[in-house]
Amino acid sequence: MARLIHPDRALSTNPLKVSAPLGAAMAYLGIEGAIPLFHGAQGCTAFAMVHMVRHFKEAIPLQTTAMNEVSAILGGGEQIEEAIENLRKRANPKFIGIASTALVETRGEDVAGELREMLSRRTDFADTAVVYAATPDFVGGLEDGWARAVEAIVDALAVPCARREGQVNLLPGAHMTPADVEELAGLIRAFGLDPVILPDLSLSLDGHLADDWRGHSLGGTRLSDIATMAGSIATLAIGDAMRPAAMKLQALGVPAHVVPSVTGLAAVDGLVSLLMTLSGADVPATVRRDRARLADAMLDAHFQIGGLKVALGADPDLGFALGSTLAAMGAELTVVTTTGGAAAERIPADQVIVGDLGDLERAAEAAGARLLLTHSHGRMMAARLHLPHVRAGFPVFDRLGAQDVCRTGYRGTRAFLYEVANAVLSHPHRPAPEDFGAARISSEFDHAASSPSHH
Amino acid sequence: MSDALKQKIQNAFQEPGCATNAAKPEAERKKGCAKQLTPGAAAGGCAFDGAMIALQPITDVAHVVHAPLACWGNGWDNRGSASSGSELYRKGFTTDLTELDIVMGNGEKKLYRAIREVIAQEDPAAVFVYATCVTALIGDDIGAVCKAAAERFGRPVIPVNVPGYVGSKNLGNKLGAEAMLDHVVGTMEPAEPGLTDINIIGDFNLSGELWQIKPLLDRLGIRILGSLSGDARYAQVAMMHRARVTMLVCSHAFIAIARKLQDRYGIPYFEGSFYGISDTSAALRTMCAMLVDRGAPPDLLDRCEALIADEEARTRAALAPLRPKVQGRRVLLYTGGHKTWSVVSALQELGVEVVGTSMRKATDGDRDRVVEIMGDDTHMFENMAPKEMYRMLREARADVLMSGGRSQFVALKARVPWIDVNQEKHEPYAGYAGMVELVRAIDREMNNPMWAELRAPAPWEGLAPDTPAAPVLLSAVPGSKADFEDC
Repeated sequence: MARLIHPDRALSTNPLKVSAPLGAAMAYLGIEGAIPLFHGAQGCTAFAMVHMVRHFKEAIPLQTTAMNEVSAILGGGEQIEEAIENLRKRANPKFIGIASTALVETRGEDVAGELREMLSRRTDFADTAVVYAATPDFVGGLEDGWARAVEAIVDALAVPCARREGQVNLLPGAHMTPADVEELAGLIRAFGLDPVILPDLSLSLDGHLADDWRGHSLGGTRLSDIATMAGSIATLAIGDAMRPAAMKLQALGVPAHVVPSVTGLAAVDGLVSLLMTLSGADVPATVRRDRARLADAMLDAHFQIGGLKVALGADPDLGFALGSTLAAMGAELTVVTTTGGAAAERIPADQVIVGDLGDLERAAEAAGARLLLTHSHGRMMAARLHLPHVRAGFPVFDRLGAQDVCRTGYRGTRAFLYEVANAVLSHPHRPAPEDFGAARISSEFDHAASSPSHH
Repeated sequence: MSDALKQKIQNAFQEPGCATNAAKPEAERKKGCAKQLTPGAAAGGCAFDGAMIALQPITDVAHVVHAPLACWGNGWDNRGSASSGSELYRKGFTTDLTELDIVMGNGEKKLYRAIREVIAQEDPAAVFVYATCVTALIGDDIGAVCKAAAERFGRPVIPVNVPGYVGSKNLGNKLGAEAMLDHVVGTMEPAEPGLTDINIIGDFNLSGELWQIKPLLDRLGIRILGSLSGDARYAQVAMMHRARVTMLVCSHAFIAIARKLQDRYGIPYFEGSFYGISDTSAALRTMCAMLVDRGAPPDLLDRCEALIADEEARTRAALAPLRPKVQGRRVLLYTGGHKTWSVVSALQELGVEVVGTSMRKATDGDRDRVVEIMGDDTHMFENMAPKEMYRMLREARADVLMSGGRSQFVALKARVPWIDVNQEKHEPYAGYAGMVELVRAIDREMNNPMWAELRAPAPWEGLAPDTPAAPVLLSAVPGSKADFEDC
């Protein structure tokens, strides 16, 4: 169990954390026909949208209630109503997910109450599901905002439902890419189970070219499927942050299984055992083969990863998933995470700093780290410390295909181990006499270059 | 095979400096020391490979392989000799003969052009030209081409006439070194020959191992004048005849060149190793004593003792915290020659149990040393077939295999840790500092948590029954002709 360190300083240098409303917006984008709506000032939305556009390389239909000075003081209820009205006219969304921001939360607005009142009055809004999550910027980060949004969706849209044999709920964490979700869904289906995935970025932000232009998400979890979640035989919540949402479904009669990580041999073994139990099915041959291939990849990669000093900067669930995988291969971790909590404490390191990339840079230099594992903002630190940099988390804006990176399951773990080992190999260290304190050879022995008349 | 080459090979097999060779009866000696290769059960490199191993680390030389593509297209850029100067030796140059070249007899012309081009392109200190099976078979006279090219281009162009089919890698080592004696040694003079100049023969500076030793020599004021061939410049081979003492590292293959340096230039040699603490100290002592015998200042001996005391204390202190991490672990050693015992003694110092050591390429002297160190010969074995080794490791009769790259996968597939102690390895383990590195590597490898995870049953398997393995008498393991490891 790691000791959590909270650095005693006022200045945050090079933030690691991404805001909670952005996490909520990302989760909402995994619902079919969705438009996320920030209840706040215009800028909150602009920054978040640009951030997501840079990461996903997609148009992101993030909208704002555009609070002005008057509504900031007198209350923004009307702004929400107006925003919903306009969005319905312009894009006809099936779903609007509202995330509050620091501005309205600081004001202390009762958004939920106002929303209830407004929706009961505006019956013409009935064919658009509207969900609200309180996600002030000053509490938590990306994983927290995402988790609050999923809780809010379950609260609002999951209703009591008759038992549906073979159906399981899958609640992916914010740290899972569309490719991760797809991989996990495939694994669940391989056992003959039928997953309802909430939210499902693998259908909306997987990077596909649509047939026409829509002002809302291009795919995702169907609202009709969410309505059946209470009938599932189990809920698989991936990552500790998803525990509250799973517990809400448990309250509706669906047993909750919180799987802290689905990366790494032991973690995936755990998941496979669970799927065996839930399905009663035999383990498919492809899964057995994938495990054998991962085991072989571990053997090949452990020469690079064993003893490797890794500087890891990530949200807690991502940090735990990747960190525990590398530690199980013999890597030594220097860790900075964004928020404290159970997952952060479980990261296999003596101590975990709850801080920023500035903290990570100092700690990495002191520990003699040889590899950096964090999102794209770590690139300047990687350049300064001459470290290979494996990009993980959000945002990844200086590499293409962030949505395609899969580090989940036996196959994704295999790819991740190769990725890390290759990053090490791509920075080969060629030994020099100075490394050993040896003097240079006398230049007397050197071949004197001939006149430059060649070529 | 030309008569000259035949004669060379025959001479290489008659080495008065080699104890093994001298102990053989006359008739046996003629057969040579390399075992006949067994079709279907051979995996080691050829003589050309051996010559390349011996010479390629010379850094500022363009090594041109006169051959169709296979010899060098498949063979280049695969060894870890480090250079502190030119990187030229790492480039792969070959004449890449085509069918037409061979049928039309264009080999020599193409070689001459290739030499001209490589000199223009790279400005090397010298060009080494390697004959190979095909070019020897079609009768290309590389000696004549080299001579003509050297005269025309005013650059040393050295023929290395060691086609693969003449024999084993070991023979190639000898013949490659022989080419240096014939054509290079004695062709240049050092500006200021000193009383503490030495030659080191048989170290290839793999991963920088020579530099783990060099600081010790630096402190004693000993200069590596000649090197064959770790981090060597061409000039350092050409000046070898001016050294005062030759140290022969790890090698029967290079005894001949050391002996000939002694015969021709009066340079005495000794055999030593830089693997392990006691070997390193012994090598330094012998080196200093021999230098003093040849006129170096006598205080060198005292300074050497002080250095040894200092370094040994420092090394033991560095090893102390590592000892508990490796103590009692069981190592199976599959290497060859002097490493059969030099590594054993080093490991035993740390409380590591050596459950077996292979006696491949080991001499009677090596055997005696193993018996001396381990008490008896029950831990010795000859070659082991991969299947046999896999079974032994899978049954957990050893905790770790230390060997060369070719048996790595036998260990890994048996889910057993593996440490590379042969020439392709990426970590330097020489001298005092190297010993600490080696133990760190053993610790890192054996104590990696991955092994437990890897050996645990899959979710669909029951728990594996925990049956203790019966002890096996290694000396009773049948020797295998299939020596799949080649160090």
